[in-house]
Amino acid sequence: MDPTAAKYIGAGIACIGMGGAGVGVGTIFGHYLAAALRNPSAAQGQFGNLIFGFAVTEALGIFSLLIALLLLFAL
Amino acid sequence: MDPIHQFEIKNLFPIARFGGVEIAFTNSALFMVIGLAVILLLMLGATSSRAVVPGRLQSVAEMSYEFVANTLRSSAGTEGMKFFPFVFSLFMFILVVNVIGIIPYTFTVTSHIIITVSLALLVFVTVVVYGFWKNGLHFFNLFVPKGVPIYILPLVSFIEVMSFLSRPVSHSVRLFANMLAGHITLKVFGGFVVMLGSLGFLGWLGAVLPLGLTVALTALELLVAFLQAYVFAILTCIYLNDAIHPGH
Repeated sequence: MDPTAAKYIGAGIACIGMGGAGVGVGTIFGHYLAAALRNPSAAQGQFGNLIFGFAVTEALGIFSLLIALLLLFAL
Repeated sequence: MDPIHQFEIKNLFPIARFGGVEIAFTNSALFMVIGLAVILLLMLGATSSRAVVPGRLQSVAEMSYEFVANTLRSSAGTEGMKFFPFVFSLFMFILVVNVIGIIPYTFTVTSHIIITVSLALLVFVTVVVYGFWKNGLHFFNLFVPKGVPIYILPLVSFIEVMSFLSRPVSHSVRLFANMLAGHITLKVFGGFVVMLGSLGFLGWLGAVLPLGLTVALTALELLVAFLQAYVFAILTCIYLNDAIHPGH
């Protein structure tokens, strides 16, 4: 296979990983919202935990984006 | 219309030359100085006429102080407040620089990984040095969670060590990749407007949609700019908490 084509295909495949991060971030915000509607008075105190979980989950998607960017522009 | 063109570093004027390495004042440095000037003017303006009932500028300064102080206090305890100037500087710098970057024809300092890696390594080294200085070898308790059965402890410790070492990577790449990806997306949608606009009258009608989307994406970018500054600050607080209270 042409190496340049393989590079672009690889970048595309790497982006699939971001779908998993999307599922994770959606789960976090969805569950936060569901819990916040059940007990609105406790919601404000958990906002920091929400952002922490969001950041840690999002990092995994960012890693796959990084691989795609490296393939496209750096390697 | 190259979407990467906006991240180009330009030398504005040279400062010195060491061997083959040229040290120059770049557009990145210029926008860092502008960001610092904005923070300085905001804080000086807010504290010059202190009133019991705060004015608009003073409210902004008080709100940002309270916001960072509450975040730090809730995640690292009152002992963590000695790191308040550090966390506040990081938060304000990243926030102001991100927001300046949204303005068209400006440069986003945090869209370069060398900047975010420097900030993340500063946090990482602070955590390691302060953790060992304050707790000595008890700092290694961080890698030995309590209540874990002894036969899976080696595996758990290994995972803890790996996750500790990958912290500066994820800490820096998160900020960098969010700013980079957001600005590339804006540029690509902006390119659609120009391409459709060059087609004539029908193109003008079609260009309304991506133009509206660009405006909406800019609003989203403003949210991301704030959120990423907050995420960077809160992760710094959580990492500092590990250095202050290493036992799980």
